[in-house]
Amino acid sequence: MKTDELIAALAAGVEPVDRRAPERRLLLAAGGGLLLGALLMLALLGLNPALAHDAGLPMFWVKLGFVAGATVAGFFATTRLARPGAALAPAAVLVGAPFASMWLLALLALGATAPEQRVPAIMGSTWQACPINIAMLSIPTLAVALWAMRGLAPTRLRLAGAGAGLLAGALGALAYALHCPEMAAPFIGIWYALGMLVPVVAGAALGPRLLRW
Amino acid sequence: MKSGPDAREARLRELMIVAQDGDAAAYGGFLRELTPFLRAYFRRRLQSRPDDVEDLVQETLIAVHNSRHTYDALQPVGAWLHAIARYKWVDLLRAQANREALHDPLDDDSAALLTDAEPAAAEARRDLRVLLTQLPDKQRLPIECVKIEGLSVAETAQRTGLSESAVKVGVHRGLKALAALIREGR
Repeated sequence: MKTDELIAALAAGVEPVDRRAPERRLLLAAGGGLLLGALLMLALLGLNPALAHDAGLPMFWVKLGFVAGATVAGFFATTRLARPGAALAPAAVLVGAPFASMWLLALLALGATAPEQRVPAIMGSTWQACPINIAMLSIPTLAVALWAMRGLAPTRLRLAGAGAGLLAGALGALAYALHCPEMAAPFIGIWYALGMLVPVVAGAALGPRLLRW
Repeated sequence: MKSGPDAREARLRELMIVAQDGDAAAYGGFLRELTPFLRAYFRRRLQSRPDDVEDLVQETLIAVHNSRHTYDALQPVGAWLHAIARYKWVDLLRAQANREALHDPLDDDSAALLTDAEPAAAEARRDLRVLLTQLPDKQRLPIECVKIEGLSVAETAQRTGLSESAVKVGVHRGLKALAALIREGR
């Protein structure tokens, strides 16, 4: 077939397209994933019984701010990775910001903690459950975010999968934060980040296979 | 008409933005203007397999079409196109590497010997109309009517008995399926 004929065929009867399709699609995935993750949290883990009390503490909002920041960064990064040739540096900065801030806060908190209290501040009482639960709660969002990405045009498949994983991990952590009783910055900086890393790695591994187009 | 890279970028971007609003003439112009650059780009990168060039040009045109909703007007259109073309080129290399790992390399040699030394310019080896026959009716009919015969969506719906949204979905999915068939056939 001649290329001219193909072009004529492609151009025939084109419809207007939605220029904000990547944002719309990924927002839908994030909303659906958050809902599924929250339902999974309520069904399997339950709300933190002390939530009403904790919500009065600044550290609760720091924790929530950290995962919300990671969510925004994951969303922004995926919208960039869904568009061929989009600059990625701003997304990298945005991804780095919440983690760098949280780790700085963790270091400051550790510095202000008596040496014998530092290990408990890091380990809390739920460190074994925290990363596993965050990873588990992120599974629905990872599936939906990869599906959303498939309808777009990622050209760096491993990074695109990792970006979908970050969005999923951050939303999983957001749901988990409503169950989790931990309040120490070092705990959140380590175990929350580790929990989010699991879907990032899973997304990077699945990306080249699932996102090919 | 100016022809420097900046002027070309500005013109292509203008065409693409209008095309995204559904202007078929601008869109056809965009694709036609883009094609020689794709051809040169792939020819430079596929010097040992000139037969693949036009196939890859056509596959990339379909890819551009299927992802035209991911172009952001704030972004340079050249960077967007380059990322797609590069992706399709790397994808071809990867598919070839996989195939060579699976098949007897003699197959490739005999095929190379029987290939025309100078294939007609701008003509791919696969005929998309033949590939089209492999699609299910609900994708094939909308593409034939809308894309080849140039009927409107409403006319196509009337002729095929499909709903208008089924026609649109059929065209969209059918073009994706065609790109997948080309990829498998490589």
